[in-house]
Amino acid sequence: MYKIVSKTSLAHKETLFEVEAPDIAAKAKAGQFVIVVPHEKGERVPLTICSYDVDKGTVSFAFHEVGKTTKQMGCLNEGDCLLNVTGPLGNPSEVEKFGKVLCVGGSIMIAPALLQVKAMKEAGNHVTTVLGCRSKDFLFMADEAKALSDKVYVASDDGSIGYKGLDFLKDLLKTEKFDRCVVLGPVVMMRDVSEITKPYGIPTIITVTPIMVDGMGMCGVCRVTVGGQMKFGCIDGPEFDGHQVDFDELVQRQRLMLPEERLSSMLWEMHKEHEGGCKCGRNKA
Amino acid sequence: MAETKPKPKIKKEAIEMPKQEPKVRVKNFNEVALGYSEEQALEEATRCLQCVKPQCVAGCPVEVPIPEFIKCIKEKKYAEGIATIKSKNALPAVCGRVCPQEEQCQVKCVLGKIGEPVSIGRLERYLADWERDHGFQLPENAKPTGKKVAVVGAGPAGLTAAADLIKLGHEVTMFEALHLPGGVLIYGIPEFRLPKAIVRNEVAYIQKLGVDLRLGNLVGRIHTIPELMKSGYDAVFIGSGAGLPQFMGLPGENLGGIYSANEFLIRVNLMKGYAFPEYDTPLRLGKHVVVIGGGNVAMDCARCSMRLGADVCLLYRRSREELPARQEEIENAEEEGLVCKFLAAPLKFTGDEKGWVKAMECQAMELGPPDASGRRRPVPIKGSEFTMEVDTVIIAIGQTPNPIIQRTTEGLVADPRRGTITVDENGKTSLEGVYAGGDVATGAATVISAMGMGKKAAKAMHEYLMSKK
Repeated sequence: MYKIVSKTSLAHKETLFEVEAPDIAAKAKAGQFVIVVPHEKGERVPLTICSYDVDKGTVSFAFHEVGKTTKQMGCLNEGDCLLNVTGPLGNPSEVEKFGKVLCVGGSIMIAPALLQVKAMKEAGNHVTTVLGCRSKDFLFMADEAKALSDKVYVASDDGSIGYKGLDFLKDLLKTEKFDRCVVLGPVVMMRDVSEITKPYGIPTIITVTPIMVDGMGMCGVCRVTVGGQMKFGCIDGPEFDGHQVDFDELVQRQRLMLPEERLSSMLWEMHKEHEGGCKCGRNKA
Repeated sequence: MAETKPKPKIKKEAIEMPKQEPKVRVKNFNEVALGYSEEQALEEATRCLQCVKPQCVAGCPVEVPIPEFIKCIKEKKYAEGIATIKSKNALPAVCGRVCPQEEQCQVKCVLGKIGEPVSIGRLERYLADWERDHGFQLPENAKPTGKKVAVVGAGPAGLTAAADLIKLGHEVTMFEALHLPGGVLIYGIPEFRLPKAIVRNEVAYIQKLGVDLRLGNLVGRIHTIPELMKSGYDAVFIGSGAGLPQFMGLPGENLGGIYSANEFLIRVNLMKGYAFPEYDTPLRLGKHVVVIGGGNVAMDCARCSMRLGADVCLLYRRSREELPARQEEIENAEEEGLVCKFLAAPLKFTGDEKGWVKAMECQAMELGPPDASGRRRPVPIKGSEFTMEVDTVIIAIGQTPNPIIQRTTEGLVADPRRGTITVDENGKTSLEGVYAGGDVATGAATVISAMGMGKKAAKAMHEYLMSKK
């Protein structure tokens, strides 16, 4: 059992858990992820590590409440337990002194992107951070980003805060030189950023969050085509060269189970209403 | 004729094991083989000739004292019988169900020369099930040696090594990467061949012996092997299995609806995807499923798919004679409605506008001269291309070892091509105190061969530990 020591609401239906997992905290590095099994009948859900505290023995991860499992998790509170948290999985990010680093975090992935910002900063880089969100209500951790980075830009899909969309990056790259770019966020955003950086030859690293089951190389559902070769997101990634990834396939493969996910979520919502409880399969410590 | 002989007649035919009817069982995930009743077990046990030099034991990778335990059944000393098996085999309920006895103990049975061999596996299962109904009797472990051992992977090899090592008096911690123990027994072999309650029960026995089981603990990520050795373990056994699925490298292989056998089986078995949406893990299966491959894993995938309501075709590039699956599994699958298409292999997959597989282009094969495996090599027939309409494809062409431990353990010698950890005949690796066994050392094989290696390695580890100051 893994106890939730704190729960933070980042934005509407976007939640951060800090969980007691000393073994994972001791080994976690930026770029890695955990697999969470919330309860006995639950799925194995991969979530990117947002922070870790070796002394407290905790790791944190953020999730967007979209499907049944994440909605159930959203019903859990401080003191509740998750059945299992396995990690740290995947390869740590390549962190060294590159020079000037552009770090782009989008949507829920802003939270883990800041861990990369921190790691890049500690390695002696000049870090420019871009926070991307749907609208101003979905922007979070802006203060943390400012404290960690040399420069921060904000962009939103609807322009309600900061720049509208990511086109401003094109202008930025005309005037400023970057040695590396890391992008964590929705696939479409990672594709757009990779396209923007490509003409400038900036090595661009994206973090894939495909469907996974075991997360340790067994099932192969997380396969991604990189440079024409089949790679597994879990053991070869989760970070890949954004200029080599087949994004169309990645988008398609993320939607493989969409009808089932919708069904599951709908049934759960119905039960929730009928029975007045959230049926989250809560585990008490 | 026989009736003129004074000696009691030996029944040439083995007692059949009652099974669920094909039409019924193809609609559920309950166990197919129902097990002997006491009467049936007693009758089958009396067929054993109690050979002075039993050949069957020589055929068993873990050297179960077969005639002895069968004698116990004959005398209705069931507790003694199961203790006799467990002196050598910590997982009898599993072995009684999934061992290929027809190639191991039973093939050596002298009765096989005049009729059918004694049904050793069914009798082993009888005793194991008897024990499950009557509660375990725990053997006494040897005096504590003060040595600590880490076992990596709670599958057949690891469970066997852990049981043997703890009985020898060592302190054993077992690290399992998944959230449930059992390895392939829990994620791979389906419920209808090996009920998961049985696996849980076998693991519970090993925990009661005193093994400390840590779930969700991926060695290589949390602790590396050298870190385990430094943190106070005197020896390590690696039994991390062959979990990395193989793909074919064909165009369209990443389309939706194309599963590795591992993904399919993990969803169905470990995550109970067949009970979706009661269980949260979904499994999207079409009406026309093609399973590519011919081993036991392919049969398991096919049989699960049929239970989920699909029409299933098995595509195998050699002929029926070369099918590597157990005969019993092939028969069971065909009784349940499996259609086999031999001497054909896929060339490419095409999808619909949503990226879901809709057709598979194939090529007919013929058998050429034998290849390195000794089986006749399939050779494509020119101009024989044909297309099959499919909506689900399961690729069951084999697994190789998971590379995480090999990648994170400096100095551990592994075969670069096969990915297996290199070991000597006792499971010793290139690192002092580090042993390996099961599929991670041999490449994908059987449950019992993994158990045999776990056993051998445990013996060698014991000698190593006791010789060390």
